[in-house]
Amino acid sequence: MEIPYTISTRPDTGLWNAKIGIWLFLASEVMLFGGLFSAYVFLRLDAPPGMWPHGLLNVPVGTMNTAILIMSSVTVVLAWAALKMRKYRAYWWYMLATILCGVIFLTVKLVYEWPQKFEHFGGYIKPEALEKYEQYLGNKHTAEKNLPPRLEITGHLHNREALSNPNIKEYEVGLDPVNADPANPAMDRPHFLYVPPTEKIGKIDKADVERATMFLPTHSAYFASYFTITGLHGLHVLAGVLVFIYMWLPVSKKLYQRNPEHLANRVEVAGLFWHFVDLVWIFVFPLFYLL
Amino acid sequence: MSLKGFHIVFIVFSTLLALSTGAWCVWVDLVEGAPVYLAGAIASFVCAIALVVYGVWFYRKMKRLRIIT
Repeated sequence: MEIPYTISTRPDTGLWNAKIGIWLFLASEVMLFGGLFSAYVFLRLDAPPGMWPHGLLNVPVGTMNTAILIMSSVTVVLAWAALKMRKYRAYWWYMLATILCGVIFLTVKLVYEWPQKFEHFGGYIKPEALEKYEQYLGNKHTAEKNLPPRLEITGHLHNREALSNPNIKEYEVGLDPVNADPANPAMDRPHFLYVPPTEKIGKIDKADVERATMFLPTHSAYFASYFTITGLHGLHVLAGVLVFIYMWLPVSKKLYQRNPEHLANRVEVAGLFWHFVDLVWIFVFPLFYLL
Repeated sequence: MSLKGFHIVFIVFSTLLALSTGAWCVWVDLVEGAPVYLAGAIASFVCAIALVVYGVWFYRKMKRLRIIT
């Protein structure tokens, strides 16, 4: 059976069916991401002082990923334009560039950005024990400077088994610079770059810790929203890449030879989805990396 | 809205992002005083200009090819 209105427009809507379908789908996506962004904003506004990390993410890496996604939007629209001009070879190359951009974006996320967080440790100190860890927290210094208090000690956890073994009574942490030298004025400001842990070891009694985890969604509302939104966005990028790979394979050439306009319409619909996914990142980047 | 229309909207948002990233870099540079941020600001503003140039080129090309309707 021939599916109607895949190329020609419907007389009542003036559009072909897939275009209406994709816009209805994108409307539901706006509501999905809109809800998540709203949750992020309200969680952040309601966070007590010192409980919301700022400047933790690597801005140069995030900027590079943003540039890659913008570039991929350019190549996908050029691929579609090439099909409209019946230049299959150019389409093939532009589509390949789009796929590569998507793959690079995902690789940076999954191989560099996320694993770095999985290897990082953070322990929130109980309010009554804050004084005991003044050498790592420097809260007298932050009070003098009118800065939010530091409640967490972070760094590289040397005895990772301490997280699961109740017989181990303390955490041994290769301290982050902010905890290794908390009174240093350079530590008063966020870095926006990856700063590796120092060689200085800090020992934290488990009894003094309110909660301690690696930088996972369980760590805080910040990381829960970070992993939820970037993870969901990453799944959308993956879906887009898979669709583009299908449209790039030889099977698309058969459709092109049979009906080039049909393939052009398919690429347009996939391109609309891809632009939406990139537009979401345009909001994710400043919200998580800069502000 | 067609892909070309959405693409132009996307380029407008990307330009705004580049401009705001540049402004953010200037702000951080004033607070932090690190030259890396000044370089970032310059790069961001250059990107914003490049995006505007590209957007105009894209619109004209689509119009010339009669893909913009």
